Amino acid sequence: MTAAPAPAGALATASPRGSGRSSSRAGQGRAGWSFAAPQLVLIGLFVLIPILMAFWVSLTDWRGRGSPFTGQVGFVGFDNYAAILTEPGLARQDFMTALRNNAWYVLLVVPLQTAIALGLALVLNSKIRAKGFFRTAFYFPTVTSSVAISLVFIFLFTGGGAVNGLLGLVGIDGPNWFSDSRGLLHLIGDGLGFWDADSPPAALTDGGPLGLSWWDWLSGPSIALAALILLVVWTSAGGYMLMFLAALQDVPNDVREAAVMDGANSWQRFRAVTLPALRPTLFLVITLGLIGTWQVFDQVYLISQGNPAKTTLTPAFLSYTSAFVSGQWGRAAAMSFVLFAIIIVLTSVQRFLMRDKDAAAEKKALKATQRARAASSKTTFFQAGR
Amino acid sequence: MTTTLETPVDDAPAPEAPRRRLPGRQVGRFLAYVVLVFFSVVYLYPFLIQVVTSFKTNGDATNNPLALLPDPLTAAAFGRLFDTDFGLWAFNSVWVSVLVTGLRVFLDSLAGYALARLHFRGRSAVFSAVLAVMAVPGVVLLIPKFLVLNQLGIYDTPVALFLPLVADAAGIFIMKQFFESVPASIEEAARIDGAGTFRVFWSVVLPMARPALITLTILSFQASWNELPHFIVASQDRDLYTLTKGVATLTTGQLGSGNQFPLTLGAALLMTIPVAVVFFVFQRYFVGGANEGAVKG
Repeated sequence: MTAAPAPAGALATASPRGSGRSSSRAGQGRAGWSFAAPQLVLIGLFVLIPILMAFWVSLTDWRGRGSPFTGQVGFVGFDNYAAILTEPGLARQDFMTALRNNAWYVLLVVPLQTAIALGLALVLNSKIRAKGFFRTAFYFPTVTSSVAISLVFIFLFTGGGAVNGLLGLVGIDGPNWFSDSRGLLHLIGDGLGFWDADSPPAALTDGGPLGLSWWDWLSGPSIALAALILLVVWTSAGGYMLMFLAALQDVPNDVREAAVMDGANSWQRFRAVTLPALRPTLFLVITLGLIGTWQVFDQVYLISQGNPAKTTLTPAFLSYTSAFVSGQWGRAAAMSFVLFAIIIVLTSVQRFLMRDKDAAAEKKALKATQRARAASSKTTFFQAGR
Repeated sequence: MTTTLETPVDDAPAPEAPRRRLPGRQVGRFLAYVVLVFFSVVYLYPFLIQVVTSFKTNGDATNNPLALLPDPLTAAAFGRLFDTDFGLWAFNSVWVSVLVTGLRVFLDSLAGYALARLHFRGRSAVFSAVLAVMAVPGVVLLIPKFLVLNQLGIYDTPVALFLPLVADAAGIFIMKQFFESVPASIEEAARIDGAGTFRVFWSVVLPMARPALITLTILSFQASWNELPHFIVASQDRDLYTLTKGVATLTTGQLGSGNQFPLTLGAALLMTIPVAVVFFVFQRYFVGGANEGAVKG
């Protein structure tokens, strides 16, 4: 019966149907590899090999001429990493400014979009008319292109634009959003009388870690960056809302009803029944948010190009301009790897926090992930390099 | 009627009893609508402004940014848009998106099927590699991608526009999950009838995978249509501009560069239409996950 001799181990464990299977197994082995091969080759060619190439470039002083893989290119070890991380100088100052901007951006975008997404999902999960209409309205920006949305927001936030027009109706003189580099915390501190933003306290300006003064680190996002933050929260909240909605469908109804019978009020029910059931999704949304926000590129490229006064510079955009505009390829590649490391560390911390909990929660999160993957294009966006 | 539809039939009467004594419920529901209407305005107003402004004159757009009626109503912005390379950009976007979507769906299905159903040596290692690749943040690949395109000598060619976008780990994952949820008995019956592995895959398995294929098609089309950073690093030839890259040049990046708002918003509007159509036609595949549990209540 068997065409190909089966290994002894396979024979020993073979069931009565085993002989037929082992012949198909040999065929399956070939078929399996040839089915998987096209994508594996593409992924190798356009993901894995490029990463290795970029790592090599990050160790050289290649300036963009010719091939970086010849003997003419100077090997500089970890000098490029030192230039952006440890050596005092403009390169480090720019990179640290970019990290500061992105950190403030993450600090505001992730909580805001998560809270809005959760809030909208909770409201939509109650007995509401026109549920589909609201869901569509909130989700639609997620599927439209960052270019289209950025163009609309440039118009809305322009000096004499719609946002300032609306603010004017309630008597507020709106700023010239995308060209205003004043830091929000500087302004708030000034408003509360802690300091004078025009002549900041010497204690803060005189020193600080990693090439930036404390005053610079603690600036908060600039007005321009705040406008980008509003844009991104507006765009992405709807996608995460869908994930929460999917998870809310899984909240055990009988438990909730039992809680109602026990006289629990809606806040108690939320704390004791809904929130624990949403925990895995909450973790997932925060993780995806962290991964996505550290990669902000499109909006900076389209709207502000790092301006005004470098307050919308982000590591991803700085890496791009360092390579394609300034020709500092080694340094730019090093920035990519530092950014990569930041994202990996944050995801690992998140994963560690999840591992802490029982297996059931983890299983549930996996289920939620799969469901969310189907429900939202957000995930593929991240993978596709948005 | 509606209540019985939304609660499980067997214990439907139970939650009815306490409901009547709660006037707070009415207030809560009112507040819910207030929140929803507020956010609907926040979400729809920008799109409304976009449509209206694209039919305004430059002066009208700048002077009356809030006005919801163009005065005068004009399609001049669209006329000027077609004096640019807009048609060429649209053409490039269409062929790139179609090619990327077609290849992704086919190759992801093949690989997903292999990982779900075919036993081959190294399968679990391949799957781990796919998961690892999914974790690579896209933006850190920009410089690496340029390096490999440059090295292969295909930088600034049509191939560079689409081929790197076909490489896709997330789609493999989606297809693998789907194939694992389909009972194997049908394929086994076909295999006993003597059909080869590809025959079984093509004429038995793929037709059953329609929902997953549609989902993947939509996600791939939308991702490649909206893609920007890849096109920035893969080419510089103006003949290879796609809609995202071309429309981005209409505003020179800096704000306050002229007041061509009807032109830029018109371009933004036109480039949104294909994705919007796909979204509204296949909406249930976008929100499918959310709807899945709806029957349960």
